[in-house]
Amino acid sequence: MAKSPSTRASTGHKPVGALLGVLPFFAYTAIFLAIPTLIVVVGAFLDGNSRPTLGNLSALTQPQIVSAFIHSVVLSAVTAVLGAVFGALLAYAVSTAREGGALRRTMTSVCGVLAQFGGVTLAFAFMATVGSEGFLTHWLKNVGMDLAGTWLYEPDKGLVLVYTYFQIPLMLIVFLPAVEGLRPQWREAAESLGGSTWDYWRHVGGPILAPPFIGAMLLLFTNAFSAYATAAALISQGSPIIPLQIGGTLSSEVILGQENIGKAMAMGMVVIVAVVMTLYAVLERRTTRWLGR
Amino acid sequence: MRLRAARRRKQTIFRRVVVGLTSVFFALPLLGMVEFTTRAPGGGRTLQTYATLFDFNVIDADYPELKTGILASAGLVLLTVAIMLVMLVPTMTWVRLRLPGMRRTVEFICLLPLTIPAIVLVVGLAPIYAWVAYFLGESSLWLAFAYVVLVLPYAYRALDAGLSAIDVKTLAEAARSLGAGWPTVMWRIILPNVRTAVLSASFLSVALVLGEFTIANLFSRDNLQVAINQLGKRDSSLATAAALAALVLAFIVLFGMSFVGARRHSRQPEEN
Amino acid sequence: MSPTQRPVSDSVAASEPGHGVAVTLVDLRRSYGPIHALDGLTLDIAPGEFVALLGPSGCGKTTALRVLAGLEDADSGRVEVAGKDITAVPTSARDMGMVFQAYSLFPHMTARQNVEFGLQLRRIPSARRRARAAEVLDLVELSDHADRYAHQLSGGQQQRVALARALAIEPQVLLLDEPLSALDAKVRVQLRDEIRRIQLEVGTTTLFVTHDQEEALAVADRVGVMRAGNLEQLASPHDLYARPATPFVADFVGLTNRLPAIVEGGRAILLGTSVPLLPGSVQRGAALVLLRPESIAVTADPVGSATVVSASFLGSTGSLHAVTESGETVLAQIDNDAVATFHPGDRVTLVPRPNPALAVAADTAAAPDESPAAPA
Repeated sequence: MAKSPSTRASTGHKPVGALLGVLPFFAYTAIFLAIPTLIVVVGAFLDGNSRPTLGNLSALTQPQIVSAFIHSVVLSAVTAVLGAVFGALLAYAVSTAREGGALRRTMTSVCGVLAQFGGVTLAFAFMATVGSEGFLTHWLKNVGMDLAGTWLYEPDKGLVLVYTYFQIPLMLIVFLPAVEGLRPQWREAAESLGGSTWDYWRHVGGPILAPPFIGAMLLLFTNAFSAYATAAALISQGSPIIPLQIGGTLSSEVILGQENIGKAMAMGMVVIVAVVMTLYAVLERRTTRWLGR
Repeated sequence: MRLRAARRRKQTIFRRVVVGLTSVFFALPLLGMVEFTTRAPGGGRTLQTYATLFDFNVIDADYPELKTGILASAGLVLLTVAIMLVMLVPTMTWVRLRLPGMRRTVEFICLLPLTIPAIVLVVGLAPIYAWVAYFLGESSLWLAFAYVVLVLPYAYRALDAGLSAIDVKTLAEAARSLGAGWPTVMWRIILPNVRTAVLSASFLSVALVLGEFTIANLFSRDNLQVAINQLGKRDSSLATAAALAALVLAFIVLFGMSFVGARRHSRQPEEN
Repeated sequence: MSPTQRPVSDSVAASEPGHGVAVTLVDLRRSYGPIHALDGLTLDIAPGEFVALLGPSGCGKTTALRVLAGLEDADSGRVEVAGKDITAVPTSARDMGMVFQAYSLFPHMTARQNVEFGLQLRRIPSARRRARAAEVLDLVELSDHADRYAHQLSGGQQQRVALARALAIEPQVLLLDEPLSALDAKVRVQLRDEIRRIQLEVGTTTLFVTHDQEEALAVADRVGVMRAGNLEQLASPHDLYARPATPFVADFVGLTNRLPAIVEGGRAILLGTSVPLLPGSVQRGAALVLLRPESIAVTADPVGSATVVSASFLGSTGSLHAVTESGETVLAQIDNDAVATFHPGDRVTLVPRPNPALAVAADTAAAPDESPAAPA
C-alpha cells in the first residue's frame, strides 16, 4: 500500500502511485459487488440463450409473482409503521434518561443485538413461544384463548409479529440520535414564548422530527422488504413473499429458459429498494441540517 | 412551586412504563426459548438439552451437521474480519491522506450493499461462485468473500467515525514532517489511534457473520445458522438451544463492544 | 397553560423608556447536593433598568436567571414581578423574553417565522403578526434576511433574530443568558452596543448574564458581581471599578496589581508615597494594596527604583511590566506612543496616583485566573 516511490509530499495532481493504493479495494468490490449487480440487472433482460428479451419482465405479471410483490410490500409497510411508531415512543422514553446512564447504554446495546436478531434464531424463538408447542400458546389455552397453531406461519399474522420484533430495535438505533438532537433550548425558548407542551410538540418538536421519523420508517421498510432468512425458516410451504420466490428459482429445478425470471424479480426488488433509499437520502439531508451536531 | 420537579416525575413514569412494557415484549421470545429447551419429559425442568449441546463428543457423533456448521462459522468469522480489515483500513486511510477526492466514491461503494438485499446479491453471485469453486474448491470458507461485502456498510461507518475523530491528515503530516515514511505513519501513528474503531468494525462483522443464513443456505454451504435450521427438522429442542447459545454469544460480543468504547473515554483524562 | 392574554401594543415606538416593570428576587436558595448554586440571593431591579450579573463559572448567575425565567425551581425564596409573587407561575405564563447563548432558533422556521412564533401562540391575527414581526426585525436590522433559515445566518445574525423573537411579544422582562459568548470578538462588541441601544429604546427591564467583565461594564446600568451563589457587590459600572467593595470584586473586574504596603493613619504607604484608602480596607499594619494599571504613573529615571521588564503596544494604549527593588511585579498602563521609549532594563520610577485604593490583609488569596503578570 505505502509503496509510493517518492518521499516528496503529494501535490495532488497525477497521483498515479496513490491510485495503486486503492486498487485492491476497487478490484474486490468489482468482483463481488459490482459484477453480481450487473449480472442481475443485465440478466433480467436476457433469455435462456443469452439473447435480449423482455420476456422475463412480462413473466413478472404472473399472478403468484404479483401476489408475492404485493405481500412483500404490504408486510414491509405494515411492520415499518408498527416498528416506527413503537420504536419512536421507545426512543423518546430512552432519551429522557440520564445521558451516559445505565438505562441508555443497556437499551442501546440490547437493541443493537435484537436488530440483528432476525433469521433462523428469531424464527425458532417465536416457534418456541407462540408456535403450536410454545409456552405462551399453552398458557393462553389454559386461560381460554386458543391460538390456531399455524397462524405464526402466515405472512399477514405471524410474520408481521416476528418482523416487528426486530423492527422496533432498529427504529431505536436509527431514530434515537435524532431525538437526542432536539436541543433543550428549543423547548425552553418555546416555553418562554408562551407555549405549552402541546404547542411545543405541534409547532417545533413534531415538525423537526418528522423527516428523521419518515426516513427511519423508510429504512425499516427496506429492512423488512429485503429479509429472507426469517421467512425461510418459518414458512416451509409455498413462497408468499418475493425473497422466497427468488430463493425458489435458485434451489429448485426451473423450467428451461426461465432461469432469468429470478433475475427479473431481483431487479424488481432493487428498483423498489433504490426508490425508497433515494427518498431516505433526501430526508437525511434535511435531518442533518436541522439536527446535526 | 416545584413545577420542574413535577414534570420530571411524569417523564420518569412514562419512561419506566414504556421501557418496561417493551422489555417484556423483547423478553418473551427469549423466555420462550429458555422454556422450550428446558422441558423435562414428565413435566418440570431439565438442563439435559444444554448438557447435550455442550458435550463435544455427542455433537461430534450424533449431530455432525451442527459441528460442521459451528466450525465453518468460526472460520468464516476469522476470515471475514481479516479480509475486511486488511482491505478497508489501509484503503480508507490512504484515501484520506492522498486521494481525498475519492472519498465520496469509496463511501458510495461501501454503502451500496445497504441498497442491495442479500437475496439479490445471491442471484448475481451464483456465477461468480461457480468460478470460485473452480479455483478454490467448494469449502464454506469462501463465503467470506461475499460476507465482506455484506459487512462493508457497517465496517465503513465504524472506521470512518474512528478516522474522523483523530484528524488523520494532521497526524500524518506531523509525522511526515518529522521524517516518518508511509509505512511508519500507518503502522505506528494511525493504527494505534483507531483501535476502538477497528474493534467496533470487527465486532459488528462477527455479529453479522454469526447471523448470516441467506447466502449460505442458497449456495448449499454450511454455517451455524444453516446447521441450526437443518437441525430444527430433526431435533427442535436442541436446535433452539443452539440458537439461544448463538444469540447469547452475539449479545456478549456486541455488549463487549460498547464497553470498548466506554473504556477509552474513561482512560483519556488520566493520560492528560 | 396558555400565555397571558396581554394585548400587544401596535408599535414599539409608542412605549416610553422606563415603562418596564420592577423585578425582585428574594432570598433565593438552590442546592445540588453539597453545591449551593444560589445561596440566599436577593436582588432588586428597577423598572426599565439593565442589570448585568457577572461572575466566574459556577457562581450561580445563570441559575438565578433561569429561576427568574421559571426554567428551574428554587428550593426556597420568592420571585416577584411588578409586585406580584410569580414563584409558582409556569414559564409559559411568565411573559418574559429570553435569549439563549446559542442554538435557540427553531431550525425548521425562517427568521420571520421564528419571530412570529410567540405572536402566533397568542393568537394574534396574521396581518398584525406580520407587521409586528417586520417592525422588530427592522429594530435589529435584519429585515433583509427575514426569509432565511438559521443555518443560513451567521452567529451574530442568529442572535439578533433571537433578540427580535424575544422582543416581539413585548415581554415584561428581557432575559439574556450569555448571548454573546459564542460569537467572534468583533461581532460581540458590535452586538452588545446594539442590544443596549435597543433596550434603551424599548425600555424593558433586562437581566443580562455574562462572564466577560468588559461586556458587563459596557452595557449595564448596574452590575452585580456574584460568587458562590450570592452577590459580592451590586453597583454602577464606575463604582464597581473604582470603588470595589471586596478583594474578589477588585480582582475580578479589571486588572489589579497587588502591592505590599504599610497601612497607617488612614493611608497606605508604598512606592515611596502614600494613597488614601477605600471603605472596607484594612486599617493598620502590613497589607496588600490593589492598584489598577492606569493608577500607576511611569517616568523614565536613571536612578529609579524599578526596572522595566517589557513594554507592549496594545493599539490604543500600551502596557509596561516592571519589577520593583523588592521584587514585586507591577503592570502599569502607558501611552501608546510612549511604548517605544521604554526598553527592558531601563530604570523607571513608579508613582501611584492619589485616587483611593482598597487595602486587604497581606494573606488574602487572589481570585482565580486574575493576575497582573498574565495580561489579558
